[in-house]
Amino acid sequence: MIDTLAILAIFSGLFFFLSGSIGLLRLPDLFTRLHALAKADNVGLALVALGVIILEPAVINGIKIVIIWLLVMAASAISSHLVARHALRENRKDD
Amino acid sequence: MMSGGASTSILTIALLIALNLLLLSLLIGLFRAWLGPSVEDRFSAILLIGTGGVAILLILAILLQITALYDVALVLALLAVVGTVALTQSESNHD
Amino acid sequence: MIELLWSIFDITLVLLLLTLAWTTCSTQDVKRAVTLFIAMGLLLAIVWARLKAPDLALAEAVIGAGISGALLLSAIKDYPATTMVSHRSSLIEGIINSLTLALTILMSWAVWHGLNMSDGIRLSEQVFSQLPVSGVSNPVTAVLLNYRAYDTLLELAVVLTAVLTVLTLNEKRADYESSSPLLQGMTRWLVPLLVVTSGYLLWVGAHAPGGAFQAGAMLAAAMILLQLAYPSRRPEFNNYLLKILLVIGIFTFVLVGLWMMSLNDDFLAFTPAWAGTLILIIETAATVSIATALTLAYLGGRPRGWEGTGREDTNRTSRSITENGGAG
Repeated sequence: MIDTLAILAIFSGLFFFLSGSIGLLRLPDLFTRLHALAKADNVGLALVALGVIILEPAVINGIKIVIIWLLVMAASAISSHLVARHALRENRKDD
Repeated sequence: MMSGGASTSILTIALLIALNLLLLSLLIGLFRAWLGPSVEDRFSAILLIGTGGVAILLILAILLQITALYDVALVLALLAVVGTVALTQSESNHD
Repeated sequence: MIELLWSIFDITLVLLLLTLAWTTCSTQDVKRAVTLFIAMGLLLAIVWARLKAPDLALAEAVIGAGISGALLLSAIKDYPATTMVSHRSSLIEGIINSLTLALTILMSWAVWHGLNMSDGIRLSEQVFSQLPVSGVSNPVTAVLLNYRAYDTLLELAVVLTAVLTVLTLNEKRADYESSSPLLQGMTRWLVPLLVVTSGYLLWVGAHAPGGAFQAGAMLAAAMILLQLAYPSRRPEFNNYLLKILLVIGIFTFVLVGLWMMSLNDDFLAFTPAWAGTLILIIETAATVSIATALTLAYLGGRPRGWEGTGREDTNRTSRSITENGGAG
């Protein structure tokens, strides 16, 4: 049934969110933490968005959710890159 | 206004459980904002809260049947990047 | 079961907010405080969404978390690694604490009283009863730009005053040196997207959550992004145009108000037939002004050549641009 599919998608996304945040807390280094964060951002939100699209009846809102998903993917990739690049430069400057 | 959506109570309960678990993952991520030795560490917690916030808003939009929350999620996704750029584009970046 | 789950969500949110607020104020590390403050802004947006107030959630997300976040992060990013809050005398701390406590008690009493009030005419009923003649169908916009338009005019004046203060105190921060090509590639599609979203928020404010402040803040975010991503290729500012854009919001607002006064005997009393169009005109001008104000506040101060008389040693190109009122 449609609802079960949506719940499945959302809870799978939830798994990635939780593991991403635990990784953010427990991993030893900034760069490894960014790696964990990217999993939560990309896969976690994609699955949650998929579940919500299944549940949402109006097409225009479905299009909005797809745009949100694409934006978050791009934003997450760019943000991880920028933060890592910034941290690298700061470290190099201090040496 | 939305029609249909979260009409069955099993779906509602599942969505509510998902909501609480998302909030839990935000809470876990917040510890990194407290601890994180560098400002980049703290900021990665902000990124997690941003994406988690988008997920929470998407689910709230279905639960509360408020379509405007999709706009709020869209805006959050857009502005997460601007915050990252504000943090990382620094005067001290000399090539 | 459903109520229990909602209660868990609500109570966790409240406790989280309170803890964040407390730690933000009490922590000694400036960077930690700023980060927790931005996190609190994001959580507040979620709280407003939970309370079924999408207008407030939108405003909090754009202005509270977005623009304020960018402003604060720019302020602290060049601090040394551990910056401590400067020490206050214990007398001042005692005064601040007692005033805060008194304010908390007063507001708790007000909320309690409001929740247990006897039945009477609620404001929301009056708002909705007059909605058909207000020119818009979103009650929040009706309140902001029709019933209480004067307050919004004063809010615009407050924003302008704040920006004038920043402009008076400082000159613009120095340009940044390097920018990632990935960032530039992203900016090329993100800035148009931000501008379109800003226009969308402005337009949709008539019948759904949105409006001038949110649209202006998004436009400011677009301009800030542009400024940060292309530091060396940015042309000189056209200061004349900037000054016009800063005041056009208040100017349009007052002009419309005076015109309505000549027709309807009251400042800002909209003729019901024109109310929708007038509100859209005012909001458009206000969006532009707010965007200019926020961008200038972010940039830190006066662009080069603002006063018109100082800095005679600027190159001829920039002077001729400002004198001729813009290139191309």
